[in-house]
Amino acid sequence: MMHLLPIAEVAPGSLSTKAVAFLSHWLTQDLILLVALGGIATMLIRAARSERWQRAATRFRRDRTGIVALCVVCLYIFIGALDTFRVPVGGGSTRSILDFATSGIPDERSYSAPFSNQVVTDTKPKPDPLNSHHHILGTEALGKDVFVQTLKGCRTALIIGGFTSAIYIPLGALFGILAGYFRRWVDDIIQYVYSTLASIPEILLLISILFVLGPGLGSISIALGVTGWVGLCRLIRGETMRQSERQYVAAARALGQSHWNIITRHLLPNVMHLVLINFVLGFSGIVLTEAVLSYLGVGCPVGTASWGMMIDSGRGELSRDPVVWWNLTAAAVALFGLVLALNILGDALRRAFDPKRS
Amino acid sequence: MFSYIVRRLLYAVPILLGVILLTFLLFRVVNTPEQAAIHAKGPKSSVAVRQEWIKEHGRDRPLYVQFATHVKRMVTFDFEPSDQTKRSMGETFREGVGPSLCVTLPGFIAGLIAALSLSLYQVFARNSATDRNLTILCVIMMSVPTVLYIIFGQAVLALGLGWFPVSGFQWGGFGMLRFLILPVSIMVIINLGYDGRMFRAVFLEEIAQDYVRTAHAKGLPVSTVLGRHVLKNGLIALITLTVGQLPKLIMGTLLIESFFGIPGIGNVMVQAIQTADEPVVLATAYLGALLYLAALILTDILYATADPRIRLS
Repeated sequence: MMHLLPIAEVAPGSLSTKAVAFLSHWLTQDLILLVALGGIATMLIRAARSERWQRAATRFRRDRTGIVALCVVCLYIFIGALDTFRVPVGGGSTRSILDFATSGIPDERSYSAPFSNQVVTDTKPKPDPLNSHHHILGTEALGKDVFVQTLKGCRTALIIGGFTSAIYIPLGALFGILAGYFRRWVDDIIQYVYSTLASIPEILLLISILFVLGPGLGSISIALGVTGWVGLCRLIRGETMRQSERQYVAAARALGQSHWNIITRHLLPNVMHLVLINFVLGFSGIVLTEAVLSYLGVGCPVGTASWGMMIDSGRGELSRDPVVWWNLTAAAVALFGLVLALNILGDALRRAFDPKRS
Repeated sequence: MFSYIVRRLLYAVPILLGVILLTFLLFRVVNTPEQAAIHAKGPKSSVAVRQEWIKEHGRDRPLYVQFATHVKRMVTFDFEPSDQTKRSMGETFREGVGPSLCVTLPGFIAGLIAALSLSLYQVFARNSATDRNLTILCVIMMSVPTVLYIIFGQAVLALGLGWFPVSGFQWGGFGMLRFLILPVSIMVIINLGYDGRMFRAVFLEEIAQDYVRTAHAKGLPVSTVLGRHVLKNGLIALITLTVGQLPKLIMGTLLIESFFGIPGIGNVMVQAIQTADEPVVLATAYLGALLYLAALILTDILYATADPRIRLS
């Protein structure tokens, strides 16, 4: 049984070197994450200056369900961050904050029920000498704590959702604006590409891509990104066409603004809210699809702490005797909570940006 | 009208070629022969076995030759036989199409009727507490993972309560009905939340139109306004939504058929994924795309019959 490491072992050396080591490690490990977060923050701040966004923010603040949903999503992000950011432990290695905080929870040999005060050994369960009720949600087939695995699933879900969004949102927004702004042959080419992709049912394309690439978080993100941009592209293309007819675009053109300027300064901020709503609602779709893909055997690699994998293993566990329900339930509740919060948040954002049409 | 249909069919040709090119890129270029052989024969297979697999599937030939064969196979529906069972794809599909249709067709129609009645009821009682509660219920229903509905249905209704057989399929009579009730109702439930919400949004948009106000002002009863005017005008949007449902139907089929052991095409594909049977995955994905493409063309033609303006543009 592992105990919490004593403080002296965790942090040798002076405080300043420790801080530098921690920071440098943090930077290299999570640079991509930082860049992504920074990019999102800049875009949001830039967009937030516009009047449309400020009006939406005022409306959103009055929307109680939206605020609650946002808080729930933030909680999931917080748990995911706990599992992402690493702290140095003894011997130059690092562990995630979540791992570190839960290192007092021992592994068992196999299933154990929630709140069981017994320890599973080779032959049969024995009463736990410490009577500690370690596993509040029991353990799964390999004896790992279900509660910890569920928390770790947050990170997997957020990584898949985040990377997928990082692929499909730039693709969809860029091609959508280009097609809607330049029209003619640019539009024809982009339309041809996305109608070809859209004529393959999404799940079949996903399966084909993942069958070829093999399971993995990266493959899932690529597959979902490649299939996911079509919807956003259509939406942005239509909106850009509508905006291009407006006088402010004509005025910008008459003033001799470059295409680049018109696109980035005039059109992009005016379709950005659609991107935000699509991002939030799309995220929930991604999390749900991951569960389906994991069931089909082309999702996460075996051994990943993902809700989809936990639900998938729950299929066999329900036909056991006694029924092992806790693994499936924990993952399903966690997944359901995130998806529901995202759906409600997306609706609240849509209401805030477009109060007439909801 | 005839010229429109011809134009629409001609427009589908480049798309079809695009689909063939995409499948070629994915299965023949991105998936290198070595990688494909390892996937098919397992990571522990010997080099000789892998080489034999590559030769047998013609993957050692130059890419342009492979491309020519690929296009020829796709266009003439002469697919490679299964790697695992060695059965021809034609035979597999002929056997699978019946059971698949038995699940999807009733599921599709019942799902459509359920979502339509739900959304029309909500529009009828719009802005009431019932409407709000039903909307919330729809959001909740679309947040539950698809797999969970199926697992729950199978574990509780079939295994636990014993109301339905756990899995299996048989042709004809009461037995078939017994096997199909649970999968079909799960199919309806899976999409109900999303569909109901989408349909409701369409009808609400339609109800805000001027002609609805006119109809009300004429003194028509609400049921006539909703049932005749709104439903008719909303139909065009409904066609789009319904066709948009087809890919989800395919996903539902994949999951439900493999869960309930229904020997349909979806089941074949899931087994092919699990046994790394590349020819089967390729053929099913391609055929699914073809069917969907046909459905898209059919919708456009339906539109054109419903709305003459589309034919001209």
